[in-house]
Amino acid sequence: MPKRNDIKSILIIGAGPIIIGQACEFDYSGVQACKALREEGYRIILANSNPATIMTDPGTADATYIEPLHWRTLAKIIERERPDALLPTMGGQTALNCALDLHREGVLEEFGVELIGASRDAIDKAEDRERFREAMKHIGLETPRSVVAHSMEEANQLQGSIGFPVIIRPSFTMGGTGGGIAYNREEFIDICEQGLAASPTSEVLLEESVLGWKEFEMEVVRDRKDNCIIICSIENFDPMGVHTGDSITVAPAQTLTDREYQIMRNASLAVLREIGVETGGSNVQFGINPDDGRMVIIEMNPRVSRSSALASKATGFPIAWVAAKLAVGYTLDELGNNITGGVTPASFEPSIDYVVTKIPRFNFEKFPQATARLGTQMKSVGEVMAMGRTFQESLQKALRGIETGINGLSTMFEGGEIDAGEIRQQLQQPGPERIRYLADGFRCGMDMEELYTLSRIDPWFLHQVGDLIREEQALNDASLDNLEPSTLWRLKRKGFGDNRLAQLLGNTETAVRKLRLQHGISPVFKRVDSCAAEFPATTAYLYSTYEEECEAQPDERQKIMVLGGGPNRIGQGIEFDYCCVQAVLALREDGFETIMVNCNPETVSTDYDTSDRLYFEPLTLENVLGIVACEKPAGVIVHYGGQTPLGLARALEAEGVPIIGTSPDSIDLAEDRERFQQLVIELGLRQPENRTARNPESAVALAEEVGYPLVVRPSYVLGGRAMEIVHDEEGLRRYIHDAVSVSNDSPVLLDHFLDDAIEVDVDAVCDGTAVVIGGIMEHIEQAGVHSGDSACSLPPCSLDAAIQDRIREQTRKLARGLGVVGLMNIQFAVQGKDIYVLEVNPRASRTVPFVSKACGVSLARVAALCMAGKSLAEQGITHEQVPGYFSVKEAVMPFIKFPSVDLILGPEMKSTGEVMGVGRSFGEAFAKAQWAAGDALPRKGRAFLSVRRRDRALCVDVGRELVRLGFELVATRGTARALDKAGIESRVVNKVKEGRPHIVDMLKNDEITLIVNTTEGKQAILDSYTIRRTALHRGVTYTTTMAGARAMMLALGEPVRDRINRLQDLHQELVS
Amino acid sequence: MGYTPEGRDDALYNYFFHQGVQVSVPAILALADGTVFKGESVGMSGQSVGEVVFNTALTGYQEILSDPSYCRQIVSLTYPHIGNTGTNPEDDESVQVFAAGLVIRDLPVVYSNWRATEGLGDYLQRRKVVAIAGIDVRKLTRILREKGAQSGCILAGDSIDDAAAVAAAREFPGLQGVDLAREVSAAKAYNWDQGSWSLADGFGKPADAPERPWRVVAYDFGVKRNILRLLAERHCEITVVPASTSASEALAYQPDGIFLSNGPGDPEPCAYALDAIREFLQRKIPLFGICLGHQLLALASGAESLKMKFGHHGANHPVQDIASGRVMITSQNHGFAIDEDSLPATLQATHRSLFDGSLQGIERNDRPAFGFQGHPEASPGPHDASLLFDHFIKLMAVARS
Repeated sequence: MPKRNDIKSILIIGAGPIIIGQACEFDYSGVQACKALREEGYRIILANSNPATIMTDPGTADATYIEPLHWRTLAKIIERERPDALLPTMGGQTALNCALDLHREGVLEEFGVELIGASRDAIDKAEDRERFREAMKHIGLETPRSVVAHSMEEANQLQGSIGFPVIIRPSFTMGGTGGGIAYNREEFIDICEQGLAASPTSEVLLEESVLGWKEFEMEVVRDRKDNCIIICSIENFDPMGVHTGDSITVAPAQTLTDREYQIMRNASLAVLREIGVETGGSNVQFGINPDDGRMVIIEMNPRVSRSSALASKATGFPIAWVAAKLAVGYTLDELGNNITGGVTPASFEPSIDYVVTKIPRFNFEKFPQATARLGTQMKSVGEVMAMGRTFQESLQKALRGIETGINGLSTMFEGGEIDAGEIRQQLQQPGPERIRYLADGFRCGMDMEELYTLSRIDPWFLHQVGDLIREEQALNDASLDNLEPSTLWRLKRKGFGDNRLAQLLGNTETAVRKLRLQHGISPVFKRVDSCAAEFPATTAYLYSTYEEECEAQPDERQKIMVLGGGPNRIGQGIEFDYCCVQAVLALREDGFETIMVNCNPETVSTDYDTSDRLYFEPLTLENVLGIVACEKPAGVIVHYGGQTPLGLARALEAEGVPIIGTSPDSIDLAEDRERFQQLVIELGLRQPENRTARNPESAVALAEEVGYPLVVRPSYVLGGRAMEIVHDEEGLRRYIHDAVSVSNDSPVLLDHFLDDAIEVDVDAVCDGTAVVIGGIMEHIEQAGVHSGDSACSLPPCSLDAAIQDRIREQTRKLARGLGVVGLMNIQFAVQGKDIYVLEVNPRASRTVPFVSKACGVSLARVAALCMAGKSLAEQGITHEQVPGYFSVKEAVMPFIKFPSVDLILGPEMKSTGEVMGVGRSFGEAFAKAQWAAGDALPRKGRAFLSVRRRDRALCVDVGRELVRLGFELVATRGTARALDKAGIESRVVNKVKEGRPHIVDMLKNDEITLIVNTTEGKQAILDSYTIRRTALHRGVTYTTTMAGARAMMLALGEPVRDRINRLQDLHQELVS
Repeated sequence: MGYTPEGRDDALYNYFFHQGVQVSVPAILALADGTVFKGESVGMSGQSVGEVVFNTALTGYQEILSDPSYCRQIVSLTYPHIGNTGTNPEDDESVQVFAAGLVIRDLPVVYSNWRATEGLGDYLQRRKVVAIAGIDVRKLTRILREKGAQSGCILAGDSIDDAAAVAAAREFPGLQGVDLAREVSAAKAYNWDQGSWSLADGFGKPADAPERPWRVVAYDFGVKRNILRLLAERHCEITVVPASTSASEALAYQPDGIFLSNGPGDPEPCAYALDAIREFLQRKIPLFGICLGHQLLALASGAESLKMKFGHHGANHPVQDIASGRVMITSQNHGFAIDEDSLPATLQATHRSLFDGSLQGIERNDRPAFGFQGHPEASPGPHDASLLFDHFIKLMAVARS
């Protein structure tokens, strides 16, 4: 069947901000869907609140709305754009839930919008735990024994029939939000309460635990003629009990015979048919009893997902692109397989001749109060994927790509004794480093049987890890000089990195590389072609391995290589991938051949369509040098992928790699405190008083010189890792003792902290001479809150024009002083009339996509062309665009996923994503951003105020405004007294430790709609912790800063639902 | 429970873990074009020659090795880890290994599967199969793709002579014009009543014969057990007969239908079978041919066969039902095919490969007879095409009424 002609325009809903469980894989799928449908001539309307996406680029869709993903806003968009159809399967659970809401509210019916890609009933049947279970029963497939409960009372009654441990799964949530495994009554009640609250239908499934069973996933695509294909099977290294998003996973499945594989294949197809997924991709999860092969269905998702993105990258089969085409009427046999240049159809099952390993990336170090244990609720923030010709090779490549400072199966007991007891515990109760504990288990001689009994990891995988450790141990007595070439060859084929071998042999990476190349041992590149070489592939999608034949076939064109950002983590996320993609697109348009290097399977940059050539490789010196040796690019861009490639700049340059744009020396000049300080002095600018301490004792002395309070942090970090504000010597000593090790190699930076200063971010582009400001952003939260966690406004909401002009002038000076060619980001602090330079980063920043969307200029594109030698004037970019509307960026926090973590913001970045709100006033934009971040500001009700002493004056203003808006006030004693003095009426409420009823009781009884709570000092923070945590769980609007409270006052009265803005119209406004 | 120390390939395990030193037996694969791959032996020492073909299936190595259709072929498996699930007594497709040799990238030391009883290495040793691992199998695939299937020689053992291996490869006469069906076929007739395998019950015995069981004579040109199982499951009373069985001998069983099995090599030299098939067609006995059987049905009806460049060997091939447009993902294993342009008026094309447009299915429009080039019995591979067995039953039902 050809495509449908009865529909002309289609609305696609994105996934909103990056959160744990829903990351940039939905940017990848959304972009593919837009491409696939626009090339068919459909008009595409796109809604997504996340500005850091490629999908919200004004060129991706015909009409783009960066608006809150709420059915009311979507209804407005539908009313204006009148789409014929809605495709809800590309934006994760968020989009599916929005579609269900729109249906329920009658919007789809009212405007005659047809759901395509998945019917309402199919979504409901797959997501509703009870209906799903019934459906599986109907087709004779087993599910774990389970019951459904809608209240705590019911849950308690039914639990007995399941026993302990019991798994709790809330309906209609993703990433296992609100769920968990309960081993006892107390845990059961906790998790159920949380789960019932998290489920939009107040429904939880209580399920028999199949902990320790083998876990598999099948990625399935079906068309309207009932043609069904399996794209990829995935086997989890970690057995059942760890969320699949937090598991190490391997494709294809390794430990199934054909009989068992086909049973699973048949079951997958039966599930899609029964659920009624008529067109598109789905994934089905299975558990298998390792002792007898008994198979149960765990769940299915009737949409593209994180694992379908992984499967697409793993096989070269673009699931989202195909699913979008199927949604408009095509059948699989009518679509070509793009990777073979269309010589084969899409109606086949990819065959792969390599092994793919995905390893999740965690950020537990950011949440010290959270227990680093894995369960059914996803906690990882990113992932790395690697390909190798064997599992061992792909595993070790992935371990190097994960960028947690390891170079392979590094021991967890560096410099100490291996503790077998610790290993046993870690294997039984998995945490993020289980595989390394497993390796240590082999190191200390534990046998496979014991390791299996503890971990239930399949013996096949265990042996593969054990064999690597055996190889490592065999090197104990070896040295680089007496290493046989055949041994080196074997080790490289098993995936050992040069740096790992160097460490094992007590030598340097450079020496290992030299010897390797002397022996003629260098990597070859094989193609990902979806067909195991049965057909020639026209696409250059490559990975490295150690074999005989290289298939890279580089050509002689002028090439520019862009190094990506690796796995997402807090502080280095989708924003950097956005920049990399922009660079590639701009350079491609300008006639360069582009080469992308990255190892993050969620991203648009690793879509083989994005660049001319894609190398799916870890971003390590060894791997990058291997590619450079093969491709010989004219230029390499290291400035767009965040800290990852930037960290390689010096070493690459030393090896003669041509780095274009801002030089590694300039990067160093900006990052080296002492060199930078010199520059600031030369330019006549100001910095907060600062010193660099290279040992603990000098730190104390230097701190005296600078004066408290201090911002302290290790050098060369991103995302405020281990950054703190200390108020006195005691605090400083504790920091040095607990948080960091200070040495010559890793100095600690001491900066005077500017109290109550306004922080400002500036993004600018420089071509070496001319400088164009991209945008000036005023932070809402005061200096001291990490810029990535702070909301910000563009243009600034309170800074006067004179200050802004001085900021512009300083930006130009710094750009020229540093010799920037490309992007730069500067953070300033404004205290009264004084402007301080906090930090300059001559690279892509987190705010580049936001500024680009707000100002209608793609800074990353412009800067990439500057790097390639095109001046700003040649590009026609001559002046700053200052919009007549306000854009507000707000950070989105992952606290809900980390029980027992405090919500207070500080210098360490904790947010995973961002949203953008646009309005004619700052208040409107801010209100929209809050709403988009999931916080619909209350219009009335009772506000709770509790602020630290020095905020009391400001709190009076806030209190007055709240009363004016019709809020009733309750406050803790001190705050109430301050309000009373100013003649503002409030009711006193007990703090938690003051006896009951207290504020948390009120929160739990839904008597509070808004919280302003600022606090400092260890005890006060501890005392008020439950208030914040309860607010989070009850969904009560809260702020922990006075600056946030003031912004909120401006926003409270603003209408958020009335006006929607088409991005293309906003940008048109700027041009005219 | 779960992992036991038995779950490993003892020969290999000893090398790796107990002796501490890796003692590997060298092996080479030489192609007629002069390419020599150096690897290590994972099977019996010795020499073996055959036509080298690649198979892209991700699962089912045991079924592939024991598929008689691979007679005189050296099979190279494109998926790099082969042997992960060991071997078991249930997954053999015939009584022995027919492939002339095995080429893989890696044979893991430890296998893991709850049904496994023996490692692939031991299995190959016991069945005297010459096998090589550790080579750049993808390079081999690309050579075969570009140059077409060619002769090869695996030499495994301590004294290896590249030139001799290349010479041996060149001396291999190829498969064209060779009658291999008779070589692999059963020597005498036998009955078959085992049904399909299920997770819960293993192999089924078909339920007590319903009122009107279907009597089927299955010609064994190299039949795979799963074909017989799928027929048995559909209440067929099956007599498997040797390839050279005459029509009159077969008709003595008073069959409701005749089944023509898969088998190795070239259909051309199987003239003896063509006579019998023409006789069955003459008598309008329902007839179903798979793979070689399908080709023989076509030849008997007047079509012509051709040798393909490198054939179809895999478990992911899309085949379209021409009438309905539906696509089935099928298992394939053939180096010869029927030329669609040569089909006589009595033969209608029913299926085509979406990979290369080659003919995949035929049906007589004047007789109850049809054939399928791929493997609807799967094993290994997807079960999408199993409906063809039901079609056969339907033809027998129509004929009887």
